[in-house]
Amino acid sequence: MIRFDQVSKRYAESGEVLSNLSLEIAAGEMVFLTGHSGAGKSTLLKLIGCLERPSRGQLMVDGRNIGRLPRRKIPYHRRQVGMIFQDHRLLTDRTVFDNVALPLVVAGLGHQDVARRVRAALNQVGLLEKERAHPVALSGGEQQRVGIARAIVGRPPLLLADEPTGNLDPRLSREIMGLFGRFNQVGVTLVIASHDLALIATLPYRTLTLDRGRLVADAHARTYHEPAA
Amino acid sequence: MPMRVPTMNPPPDQARQSPRAHRTPRRPPIPISRLPGIWLNHHLQGAMSTLGRLSRTPLPTLMTVFMIGIALALPGALYVLTRNLERLGDGWERTAAISLFLKAEVDVEKADALVRRLTGRPELESINLISPEQALEELRAETGFAEAVEQLETNPLPYVLALRPVQSLGDVASLEGLREFLAALPETDLVRMDTLWVRRFQGMVQLGERAVLVLASALALGVLLVIGNTIRLEIENRRQEIVIMETVGATHAFIRRPFLYVGAWYGLLGGFTAWVLISLARFLLQGPVSSLAALYRADFALVGLGPTALAILLGGSTALGLIGSWISVSRHLAAIKPG
Repeated sequence: MIRFDQVSKRYAESGEVLSNLSLEIAAGEMVFLTGHSGAGKSTLLKLIGCLERPSRGQLMVDGRNIGRLPRRKIPYHRRQVGMIFQDHRLLTDRTVFDNVALPLVVAGLGHQDVARRVRAALNQVGLLEKERAHPVALSGGEQQRVGIARAIVGRPPLLLADEPTGNLDPRLSREIMGLFGRFNQVGVTLVIASHDLALIATLPYRTLTLDRGRLVADAHARTYHEPAA
Repeated sequence: MPMRVPTMNPPPDQARQSPRAHRTPRRPPIPISRLPGIWLNHHLQGAMSTLGRLSRTPLPTLMTVFMIGIALALPGALYVLTRNLERLGDGWERTAAISLFLKAEVDVEKADALVRRLTGRPELESINLISPEQALEELRAETGFAEAVEQLETNPLPYVLALRPVQSLGDVASLEGLREFLAALPETDLVRMDTLWVRRFQGMVQLGERAVLVLASALALGVLLVIGNTIRLEIENRRQEIVIMETVGATHAFIRRPFLYVGAWYGLLGGFTAWVLISLARFLLQGPVSSLAALYRADFALVGLGPTALAILLGGSTALGLIGSWISVSRHLAAIKPG
């Protein structure tokens, strides 16, 4: 599904954020991405979602070469990748329904299809009865679930989450991770950036550790039992 | 509120709604036959939702629309003014003529001979010989002159040739040439030319029309800037929304579309406002103009823009709105990147 081949990302302001990164994530995998802030976790996710382009090396996502993807094809790539952010990135002047519907509206779906799929997505995150509410009226956990519903509403094969539990208490964090686990069980590939090592340690998933733009540990699910230092 | 507990085997209905399993092949592409419908749907949604968006902020919208309306009303009103002056000039043109007063000693035979000599000259459209008797009769008919005419023992009036130059003899120099030729005739006593100042007047009207073009171009540029700037502010206000839309896979065209609609609406509404302002001015001036015309015993009604000019005004203003927002959107959307 995802293959980094000696990928580097350099910004004019902050220098090299990712250096010579090579890794592979298979379809249907659920992978945690950890490391200190500034280790390059967000950048790695942005590269996968083609919000940024690699400076060097080759990145393949779902058979698409991200470095060479024509500009006009970028939106269609992003429709195949659901993205979840720590700050939710919801539109505060629209209802929960309209927020979740956005990817479908953007893709030009008809009203009936949109309504049906939005309700299905809201049902999956347990927010069906909040569809008329505005995001500001919701708790942090609920807002994050609206963001998740928006990411899955287009039924993408790949979900990326950048610190999805960053602002949530441990109980809510576990619930969100449980939700991700359920998506993974129906075949969705997930890459979740998180520095919540205590939580990750209790979950049976592969964990990649980044340090200053380099991959320093790749602990596979079955063999990994202790939190990374 | 509790979340649903994840299950290993979701019920069939739920499985259909859940994110696609990785083994499922890529979603089949949207059939070509559905694309025009999608495209039209996007446009209708865009047009209506942007109009709704504009109506939710009535005051700023009205201010922008009025600014555009006033800017467009200025050249529009000047155009209407020249159009009316032109009509006035056309009326004069029909009556305007050269009066060739012959010397008193020229009798009817000599006058007739002169008419024959002048007939067939290409610069003259018509020649009309007015005898002293006819002229006296006309003078008697004029109010206030009847008594004076009665006092006369002999008819002091000469033969007069009423000449009308051809329309194509437009420029002042050739008219002047014709006047000199007529003045040099041995029978001529005096040449009086009404046509010259009418032509000069028309020249001024033409200058006015040119001024309309210059003013319209300058103000069109102003309208472009007003709309461009309004759209720039709109883009700034919606920056977060644009970022989110790009993140979920909106194409540039999709993001650009509502801004183009906003620009087109501003243009169209501004053009309409200009039309209302011009019509209002015409309505207010109609009364005074009618009474003024009545003093000259003329029947003169002000004309408005006319259907063609109205179509040009509305079409042009909409196009200006579209172009202004296009320029602004191309410049400012590129600067917004997700991430």
